[in-house]
Amino acid sequence: MASATTPALRTQARYLAWRSVVRTMRQPIVIVPPLVFPLFLLAINASGLSAATNIPGFPDTSYLAFALAFPFIQGAIFATNTAGANVAEDIGNGFFNRLALTPMSGPSLLAGQLTGVLLIGTLQAVAFLAAGLAAGATIEAGVLGALVLFALSLAIAAAFGAIGLFAGLRTGSSEAVQGLFPLMFILLFLSSATLPRDLISSDWFRTVATINPVSYLIEGLRSLIIIGWDPEALALGFGVAAAIFVIALWAATLALRERLVRT
Amino acid sequence: MGEETSPGARRERARLVSNEPGSNRRSRYWSVLRTVAWRNLHAVIRAPALLLPPLVFPLFFYMAFAGGLSTVGSLPGFDYYNYDAFQFVFVLLQSAAFGGVFIGFSIGADFDSGFTRRLMLAARDRSAVIAGYGVAGLVRAALVWVVVFGIALATGMKVGGDGIELGGLVGLAVVVNVAAFFFAAGVMTRLRTLQAAPAMQLPLFMILMTAPIYVPRNLLEGWISSVAKVNPMTAIVEAGRSLMAGDPFHVLLAFAAAAGMAALLLVFAWRGLRKAEAAG
Repeated sequence: MASATTPALRTQARYLAWRSVVRTMRQPIVIVPPLVFPLFLLAINASGLSAATNIPGFPDTSYLAFALAFPFIQGAIFATNTAGANVAEDIGNGFFNRLALTPMSGPSLLAGQLTGVLLIGTLQAVAFLAAGLAAGATIEAGVLGALVLFALSLAIAAAFGAIGLFAGLRTGSSEAVQGLFPLMFILLFLSSATLPRDLISSDWFRTVATINPVSYLIEGLRSLIIIGWDPEALALGFGVAAAIFVIALWAATLALRERLVRT
Repeated sequence: MGEETSPGARRERARLVSNEPGSNRRSRYWSVLRTVAWRNLHAVIRAPALLLPPLVFPLFFYMAFAGGLSTVGSLPGFDYYNYDAFQFVFVLLQSAAFGGVFIGFSIGADFDSGFTRRLMLAARDRSAVIAGYGVAGLVRAALVWVVVFGIALATGMKVGGDGIELGGLVGLAVVVNVAAFFFAAGVMTRLRTLQAAPAMQLPLFMILMTAPIYVPRNLLEGWISSVAKVNPMTAIVEAGRSLMAGDPFHVLLAFAAAAGMAALLLVFAWRGLRKAEAAG
């Protein structure tokens, strides 16, 4: 009887996804900073560090093209905040409690929440790539490479969004989710974002950058822009994004289960 | 507060203040200033986690820039003696500026809770309330500088300047902190909510990031080279680096730029305070 009245998982996910998209589009503060801040930093780094291309061994490319992967990751970090803050807000205002009274399934809730994040991720990818191309960068992997770049950037946004979901569900606090932002930012700066790993002369920094998963995400994106097709870099990029996504989603599922029991 | 802003009320208030003995007025002013400053510092003593963001960010930037970009120090044309020291000066001045802004968060939060309004009602000269926040901001920033400087030295940063030159560098940082505080106070007394925090951070972030951060000005290329030339922060950062190296260069210009900014922003903060008084 219950199954006859319970909407299919896909239908539930569609409603929640639509809610997530509408909610995202209604908040310019959620859309504008993730677009503007990364582009501003890209402009500063591309110009301020252009002399770095004179370092012996630096890839034969402009610093703009080298740094173009940076905003994609920075934008994904914003996705963490968006996803987490939205969930925390739902918990705070009682929306979760009301959902718990419905036959809504956990996976559809998570999928729905991630849809808003993917929407922002798509807008970001288009804006960053367009800005980079307009400023003179080229995609060495061509048009197909640009599509793979979009796919990888969305995978990264989904992975970071899942971390945000976990944080939001676990803590139920927007402030706690906001506290993740500096930590994620530190991960970004302690990676190979500004120089190739083999050109980092500081041993401790090179070691940290090597064990930092963000380095492989950046290098996967960057390979399409400045090298062309680099199967190893792409496999590592997609692999690390998938691993983060699976682990974070698993943790978010557990946190959701616990949250629904508590309510 | 609102009714006191009428011309008659202002005249009466000025008459009362002018009739009060000068030493008494000064003593009341210092009393309010000390109370507000101590309240903010006491909050940090009770919850040291409040010091974490202003402490962690400079340390993190120092690690990320000095560690990750140290190869940049070997570029042809990069004539500074040590890349760690090159980045340390920027991080010191950045923490000075953000130290001034972080105390603006406290002003905003106190406006949100209604505490600042009560403080202003209780104080005869309300600028003492704002000055109290400023003193707390400076003390908190100085604590951060001590920690960052200690860690930089412990991790191998070389200091080229002598005690007087380092004192000059710290003096520059103090003026930058005060200027940033006036800016934050001006914004917060106008907007009177913590939600306005980005309005304080963003302009400061832009002025800091368009100075020569990673390389000296002679190695900058493109639009940032043009912007850095007219950015007052460039003169301050370059003079700071010259003091750190023990080879002072355009120090007076830097102090003039920092003090000029502080003077302009003092007017901005003062007018903000008047607006806050008028808003009640």
